[in-house]
Amino acid sequence: MFLFVIFISTVVYVFSKALGYGPSLVGFALIISGIMSIGSYYYSDKLVLAISGAKKIEKKDNPELFNTVENLCIGAGLPKPNIYIIDDPSPNAFATGRNPNHAVVCVTTGLLQTLNKSELEGVTAHELSHVKNYDTRLMGIVSILVGFVAIISNIFFRSLWFGGGRDSDRESSNAQSIFLIVGIVFAVLSPIAATLIQLAVSRKREFLADASGALLTRYPQGLASALEKISKYPKPLKTASNATAHLFIINPFKGKDTKQWFSSLFDTHPPVEERIKILRSM
Amino acid sequence: MLIPLIIIGIVILFVLFIYNSLITTKMRVSEALSQIDVQLKRRADLIPNLVETVKGYATHEKELFEKVTKERTALISAKGTGEKAAANNQLTQTLKSIFAVAENYPDLKASQNFLELSEELSDTENKIAYARQFYNSSVLDFNTKIKTFPNALFSGLLNFKEAEFFETSAEEKQPVKVKF
Repeated sequence: MFLFVIFISTVVYVFSKALGYGPSLVGFALIISGIMSIGSYYYSDKLVLAISGAKKIEKKDNPELFNTVENLCIGAGLPKPNIYIIDDPSPNAFATGRNPNHAVVCVTTGLLQTLNKSELEGVTAHELSHVKNYDTRLMGIVSILVGFVAIISNIFFRSLWFGGGRDSDRESSNAQSIFLIVGIVFAVLSPIAATLIQLAVSRKREFLADASGALLTRYPQGLASALEKISKYPKPLKTASNATAHLFIINPFKGKDTKQWFSSLFDTHPPVEERIKILRSM
Repeated sequence: MLIPLIIIGIVILFVLFIYNSLITTKMRVSEALSQIDVQLKRRADLIPNLVETVKGYATHEKELFEKVTKERTALISAKGTGEKAAANNQLTQTLKSIFAVAENYPDLKASQNFLELSEELSDTENKIAYARQFYNSSVLDFNTKIKTFPNALFSGLLNFKEAEFFETSAEEKQPVKVKF
């Protein structure tokens, strides 16, 4: 997070020097990005549930799932979240919500059919750990910053096009042109860099949720064998979209297993083999 | 004159922060303990129901019923984590005996009442286990905080004592004896 903030400060500094704008640019972009993201932060649970077509369940609808979630919440000291089910044979699960008091846990019918009790506990513990570690809030803040970078780069380009403010001091014009060139490079690359940073944060939090979940169940093999089973399922999840893909326990879009370094930078989740290896070695 | 005052001010602020942090953690420990009590009570409440159901089918196991009722009372009136842990384990052993008895009565095993009760009891055992786990994690957290530097310097002054873990004493760890 800290590096991200430094990265953004550098970007903003370069831009404003190049254009001769003051810090008002910073405030403006931050506000716009903030407004865009605050809505999604507060309604993240409802949005995702609406997109995914999930149905809420009570204890009588599925006592095993209900009890599993309830018991793990006791173990984690969390209040019980609302539980939803998506009707889809592809096994997957997610959790969202801005804090533990407004959290939601959702699983697919495929998950319930494929996994045994200890595997289901492992997956549920992973999802509850996301809630406990305030991952939704963190990713929300990160996406505000990413949006902010994108907007600033956008503004920078537009100002170049229409002619931005210039310092009237001739002597500084050389320095200004250098900043201009660096600024252009930044403007092109920084939205991409920001997105890569966001994805790296997402991957780190996935590992953290794996570890916290294992600490909660005291049985990492449960989650490990669950991940194995889930990754073997061939078909992708029907109701997942790009917007919600990062929330699920395994990337719902089953791509080919590409081990190339470059494309793996764009994964929201760390590779399954690595996650299983880490869990089994605990 | 000013510098020593500033230093004292900083130290006082520091102690305040430490105090708040320790109090918060201590509150979490007490809450976790009361959560265990909630689950223990839940289990205790299920026992009379269980005894009545089994009595209906296994009429001559009087000793066992008396034993379990006595131990249930002991659990409800136990105070302090050590006593509660011991009473809890005692009750668990006797419950195992009751379920072993139930194996002899196929009508009882098939009765809806008994099945539901077994499910509930088993779920409650899980809940007790998780509540204990959370309590012990909270205690670990609190004890660690008290003992690590720099909190260790002040915890004696501020009167924070270590909390007990919810654990079984050595005698309770013996293998379960199932008596009929």
